[in-house]
Amino acid sequence: MNITVNNAIQWMKRMHEKVNEHKDDLTSLDQAIGDGDHGINLARGFNEVMKKLDTVEYATVSDVFKDVAMTIMSKVGGASGPLYGTAFLKMSMALKDKESVTKADFATAVAEALNGLQQRGKAKPGDKTMVDVWNPVVSYIRDHEEIDWDELSATAKRAMEATKELRALKGRASYLKERSIGHIDPGALSSYYLFVSLAEVMKEGE
Amino acid sequence: MKKIINHPEQVVQEMLEGLVLAYPNELKLLEGTSVIVRQDAPVQNKVGVISGGGSGHEPAHAGYVGKGMLDAAVCGEVFTSPTPDQIFEAIKAVNSGKGVFLVIKNYTGDVMNFEMAAELAEAEGIPVESVIVNDDVAVEDSTYTTGRRGIAGTVFVHKIAGAKAEQGASLAEIKAVAEKVVNNVRSMGMALTPCTVPAAGKPGFELGENEMEVGIGIHGEPGIERKPIATADEIAETLTSHILEDMEFKENDEVAVMINGMGATPEMELFIVNRKVQQLLKEKGINVHETFVGNYMTSLEMAGCSVTLLKLDEELKELLAAPANTPAFKK
Ligand SMILES: Nc1ncnc2c1ncn2[C@@H]1O[C@H](COP(=O)(O)OP(=O)(O)OP(=O)(O)O)[C@@H](O)[C@H]1O
Ligand SMILES: [Mg+2]
Repeated sequence: MNITVNNAIQWMKRMHEKVNEHKDDLTSLDQAIGDGDHGINLARGFNEVMKKLDTVEYATVSDVFKDVAMTIMSKVGGASGPLYGTAFLKMSMALKDKESVTKADFATAVAEALNGLQQRGKAKPGDKTMVDVWNPVVSYIRDHEEIDWDELSATAKRAMEATKELRALKGRASYLKERSIGHIDPGALSSYYLFVSLAEVMKEGE
Repeated sequence: MKKIINHPEQVVQEMLEGLVLAYPNELKLLEGTSVIVRQDAPVQNKVGVISGGGSGHEPAHAGYVGKGMLDAAVCGEVFTSPTPDQIFEAIKAVNSGKGVFLVIKNYTGDVMNFEMAAELAEAEGIPVESVIVNDDVAVEDSTYTTGRRGIAGTVFVHKIAGAKAEQGASLAEIKAVAEKVVNNVRSMGMALTPCTVPAAGKPGFELGENEMEVGIGIHGEPGIERKPIATADEIAETLTSHILEDMEFKENDEVAVMINGMGATPEMELFIVNRKVQQLLKEKGINVHETFVGNYMTSLEMAGCSVTLLKLDEELKELLAAPANTPAFKK
């Protein structure tokens, strides 16, 4: 498996579609345990990402991710803006100057992204945040020679659904204490969409 | 949703344009940003003081930009923290060479975005210091939360840090006095009705006709408990007693009191609350040095109020009394 510039762009396009399609779901979840802006923030961000990607001819995957990072950081705001922005910036840095991105390169990149997320947000696995989806997905990619994209989607889905039973220890949802139990974390859901988008695009390309 | 708007996505930009048109000699909007700065920024030989956060809390924070308070306010989307690039633009616009002081309310998003902006500024050699305001006693400050939220008490930080900066104080001196305010200010709020973020189109939560939410945050985050609506006196008592339990007050301590409206509560009701709060403080032997009643830190059209107490010493009294001339706060 190699991830090409085209794959990276298609990935972002698919994520853009999913975020817009599920904007209200993300917002409803965030209304339940946050402040109701997660879907709105991400839709605004990925709409801008699309505009940006349409204007540039990219030579490397790293360049694509760099523009994605910068756009998200300057357009999303909230907690998810710096977090997703940091994740894409770390991936861009890890893949710098690489003409083609191998499975091993990608495994390093997502691991760096997760490190960045955790440094920025100080969340640990189990705190009911997007980290709870990134963590098992990053491990899956690291531990498998060949990525089975259906398996990756299933891993992300299980992790996303498992946030429902957790009590939030970070972010706005933590104010709810036990009342945060019983709702899926909105950031976990958006991260699930991110990885499903990747899986769909890669599978279609195979 | 019933609002006087043109388009839900344009509310912040159009509000800011209207704001600077209302105060053309005092304020300007930095071109291409959502940053409001003093007309005379950067003020020479003065540390720049910046605050910001999501919009929807008007007059906070742009209404506090002016002589004696903030040099700039960074206005995010409604209830959404502003982005690092916008904050960085504000930092550059108010830095006269003495550095910039950031007043941040304690929310995950605000803290991360302001931190990233501070990193950008430091990379350009601009000295930056900050304080994180966490006055809301309704939130338990423990390892199980992200800590207390910053609410109406933030206005006192703006006033006092701003006054200190106006006197020509250094970044370190401003940080010290701002931290003193944070250590001595406590607030708690309640709501009777929810509010609707324009882009969301529906209320962030629901409250029954006869219910109120005690301990609510300024974004409609849930509080301590939901219970049947009580009288003004009972509400005043609940909010005040939580604050007094949280911080030690001795007889003859002097305080500043703020009775803050959440947006849709008439001043009449705020004064009724104030009446009881003052009675309660008097019973405890606490001396009220100064009282502020009005809409200082709102939550769109939410009905409700918050009570803030700031324990004062001589330095804080002097800085609170210092001149300020901003759209929403004059001294
Ligand atoms: N410290 C953190 N570490 C990792 N993820 C976090 C952290 N805090 C919040 N999140 C994620 O961000 C999501 C919420 O994102 P959103 O854009 O709604 O931010 P927000 O908290 O509303 O920001 P703001 O406080 O500025 O409005 C949560 O569902 C959670 O997954
Ligand atoms: Mg949110």
